[in-house]
Amino acid sequence: MTTATGAYAPKPGAAPLPRMIAAQAALETKMLLRNGEQLLLTVVIPTLLLVLFSSVDIVDTGKGAAVDFLAPGVLALAVMSTAFTGQAIATGFERRYGVLKRLASSPLPRWGLMTAKTASVLVTEVLQVILLTVIAFALGWSPHGSPAAVLLLLVLGTAAFSGLGLLMAGTLKAEATLAAANLVFLLLLVGGGVIVPLEKFGPAAQHVLGLLPISALSDGLRDVLQHGAGMPWGDLGVLAAWGVVGLAAAGKFFRWE
Amino acid sequence: MRSEPARPSPDHHPSPGRFASHPLIEVQALVKRYGTKTAVDGLDLVAGAGVTAVLGPNGAGKTTTVETCEGYRRPDSGTVRVLGLDPVRQSAELRPRIGVMLQSGGVYSGARADEMLRHVARLHAHPLDVDALIERLGLGSCGRTGYRRLSGGQQQRLALAMAVVGRPELVFLDEPTAGLDPQARRATWDLVKDLRADGVSVILTTHYMEEAEQLADDVAIIDGGRVIAQGSPEELCKGGAENTLRFTGRPGLDVGSLLKALPADCTAAELTPGSYRVVGKVDPQLLATVTSWCAQHGVMPDRISVERHTLEDVFLELTGKELRS
Repeated sequence: MTTATGAYAPKPGAAPLPRMIAAQAALETKMLLRNGEQLLLTVVIPTLLLVLFSSVDIVDTGKGAAVDFLAPGVLALAVMSTAFTGQAIATGFERRYGVLKRLASSPLPRWGLMTAKTASVLVTEVLQVILLTVIAFALGWSPHGSPAAVLLLLVLGTAAFSGLGLLMAGTLKAEATLAAANLVFLLLLVGGGVIVPLEKFGPAAQHVLGLLPISALSDGLRDVLQHGAGMPWGDLGVLAAWGVVGLAAAGKFFRWE
Repeated sequence: MRSEPARPSPDHHPSPGRFASHPLIEVQALVKRYGTKTAVDGLDLVAGAGVTAVLGPNGAGKTTTVETCEGYRRPDSGTVRVLGLDPVRQSAELRPRIGVMLQSGGVYSGARADEMLRHVARLHAHPLDVDALIERLGLGSCGRTGYRRLSGGQQQRLALAMAVVGRPELVFLDEPTAGLDPQARRATWDLVKDLRADGVSVILTTHYMEEAEQLADDVAIIDGGRVIAQGSPEELCKGGAENTLRFTGRPGLDVGSLLKALPADCTAAELTPGSYRVVGKVDPQLLATVTSWCAQHGVMPDRISVERHTLEDVFLELTGKELRS
C-alpha cells in the first residue's frame, strides 16, 4: 500500500537552541535519576556516610561536632560522585551504545550537548546539596562562612571533575571507564579528606594528597563552612588548575565513537 | 504538497528532471583509509531524488561512504557534497535537513522507545506526529519498555522512526532491514515507499538484492571501495549477460537444426543427455521458435524455463562474490 498523503513531505528545521538544550538536559537528568547504580553513588553513599559517621564515633574527626567536619567532606563527595564518577560512566556507555554518534547527526550541536550535560550535572548537584544540607542540619550541623565562597568552590570542583570524567569516558572503553571511575571514587573517598582527615596520613603523603581535586574541594569547603575562613584561594587555585588541564585534555582526546 | 498520483513501484524510468537541479549527493574521488587499510578507494557517486540503493559485499566500503556523507568521517582526499553542502564544514546547516539511521544503537540504554523518539522530535522544528509514527511502525506495544528489552526488530524500527521524525529531505538508512522477519521488513519497505511518494529522498545500503529491486530507482554497486556499476535495476540487468532458456526432451536431438532456426547470435547445446540450453536474447519470438522447432521434431519440451537475469546475477558477475558472506 503506497499513497502519497503528504504526511512525510519534507519540512526540515532545527528546534530553537534553548529548547534543544533544555530537552537534552531534561532527558539526561531523567536517565540519571532512573539509574539505580547512579543513585547509589550520588545519593545513597553520601547520605549513609554522613549519617553513619556523624552518629557513630568511628573516625576521629578532631575537635567539635563530627557533623561539622563531615558535612563539607560529604558535599565534596557528592560533587565528585555526580560530575566525575556518574558522568564518566554514563557518557562512556552513551559512547559505547552509539548515543553520542546518533546525537552528532541531530540538529543539536556538540557544544549544545556538552552544555546540556553540564546543566544536568548541576541540577543533580543542587538536589544532592539540598538533601545533604537538610540531613546535616537534622544532625546538628552549624555551618559558617560566605555562601559565595562555597558556590565558587562547588562550581570549580564541578569543572575539575567534569574534565577528568569526560576525559576518561572519551578515551577508555565503557567497561574500563566503569571499573576505573568506581575505583577512583573509592580511593579518593578514602584518601581525599572526605571522611578521614588528611592529618591521619604521613606528612609527605599529606602533601601529595592535598593536591588532589577532592582534597582541595573538601579542604576548601571545610575551611569556609567549619572554620569560617574567607576565600580559600589555594584550594580554588588547585581546582582551577585541574579544571583547565582536565577540560583541555578532554577536548583534545575525546573520541565520539 | 504533491498532488501527482502515487507511484506504486519504482519499476519505471526515472522521471525526467531527476537530475535537473543539482544532485542530492555528489561524491568525487573519495578516498578513506583506516590505518593501512583503504576502505574507500577513489569512489565517485552521484545520487538524485528518489531511492538510491548502495549495494555491496561486506567490507566493500558502503558504510564508510554513507558515514562520510553524514559528516561522521573526514575524507582523506576527494570531495563530498550533500544537498550542495560540505558534510563536515557545513554540518550545522546540513544536520537538520537529513535523517540518519545507524546500523545499530543510538539510544540511551535506560530510555523507553517513545521517550527517545519524542526527544529526537523535540530537536526539530516541525516534527512528525510521534504517536502516529509509533502506531505506523507497530511500536505501540513497546512504548513503556526500556530500549534494552526491545527485540532486535523493534530496535531497528525505532531507529528508522528516529531517522524520519524530523521531516528530513534526505534519509540515510544503513542496512535498515538486516535481521528483520519478513513482516517487519515489509513494514519498513512500505514506509520507504511512502517517504519516496511524499518527496523524501532515501539513500539505503543493503545486503539484500530483493530490497534494492523493490525499492530503488537507482542502484550503485560498490566493491573494493569503488562504484563498479550504477543504474536503475532494469538498466543493470539489461547490461549483464544474456538470458537463458532451458528445456528437457529426449536425448540426442539435432542441435544443429535448432541452431539454424534460431537468430544468429544465439547458442544452443545439449548440456547433459536430454537437457538443452539456449542462450541469447530471450523474447517471445525466440520462445515461439524453440517450441515450433520442438513440434516439428515431435518433441515435448518438458520443464521449459526462461531464466531472467536478476540483479543478483549481475552482482555476482561484477563482484564475483556472494553477497552475504
